Amino acid sequence: MTVSIVRFGGSNCDRDAERALEYLGIDAEIVWHEDGLPADTTGIVLPGGFSYGDYLRAGAMAARSPIMAEVREAAADGVPVLGVCNGAQVGCEAGLTEGAFTTNESARFQCEHVHLRVERADTPWTAAYEEGEVIEVPIAHGEGRYEIADDRLADLEDEGRVLFRYCDADGETSPEANPNGSKHAVAGVLGERDTVAVLMPHPERATLPDIGPTDGQGVLCGFEQ
Amino acid sequence: MYYGAKAKAFLSTVAGYQVMTAYTATVTVRLKRGVLDPEAETTAQALERLGFELEELRSADRFEVDLEAESAEAARERADEMAERLLANPTIHDYDVEVAER
Repeated sequence: MTVSIVRFGGSNCDRDAERALEYLGIDAEIVWHEDGLPADTTGIVLPGGFSYGDYLRAGAMAARSPIMAEVREAAADGVPVLGVCNGAQVGCEAGLTEGAFTTNESARFQCEHVHLRVERADTPWTAAYEEGEVIEVPIAHGEGRYEIADDRLADLEDEGRVLFRYCDADGETSPEANPNGSKHAVAGVLGERDTVAVLMPHPERATLPDIGPTDGQGVLCGFEQ
Repeated sequence: MYYGAKAKAFLSTVAGYQVMTAYTATVTVRLKRGVLDPEAETTAQALERLGFELEELRSADRFEVDLEAESAEAARERADEMAERLLANPTIHDYDVEVAER
């Protein structure tokens, strides 16, 4: 009964995720990618960071490491998988979720607190919230602009696979409240199953009360059995 | 190793003997038209600040892959697969491949 946090060369939010999960009473351990997934894995975090120095494209190298075949298999079997920031880029590159996270519209690294609107509250990652609820979490990325063909995005929206959108404090989306220029303000999406989610903002950095808002706790509670 | 055309034609008739040729496959990966390229826009603005006149600037990544293959077609196929599986992200990129003997 352990959540495996997959550490690649260059991951740097793996310990944040471990501490946040442990704070919530969820057993978690960091797993070096070359060691493969432990047999008792009951959930998987693809953590933030700069795996392989963002060479080629953010997440491109890690997405093609052998452990990701195991992650895809586990995801298909219903094991909860959460990709955060660089982990979201890895998830998209690995085909766990659709679309791509690419260079911010500003062409700058953005490090700030943002508001997110919960688009669906009937998934493991959002069961702690109400639909339409606005939560505050930090972002820290240079390549977080969600990009996807218009027709595919329409399909994702029809299928209810947009999980979070950037918005203002009142829950309204606007260009000003969209920190990276993501298409339709998408901040996080679901995979083929609701148990697979990726998002650019950092729920694990909004979990411990000592360091600020704790709105991210609900996302990590998706790993509770 | 270099083989002349005649020697190559002869060797290829020998059963089980595969003559390999050295190629450079050049894979150019660029953003699909319509996908925003903030880095290219910033670069264009910098050129304008330097006093250059331009309408638009597009950037691309070029990969030069040295490889050996039985034919130019085989080299192209391998480079195509490299682009499909890693060098390009089909969600945002188009790519093309050129093959030349080296």
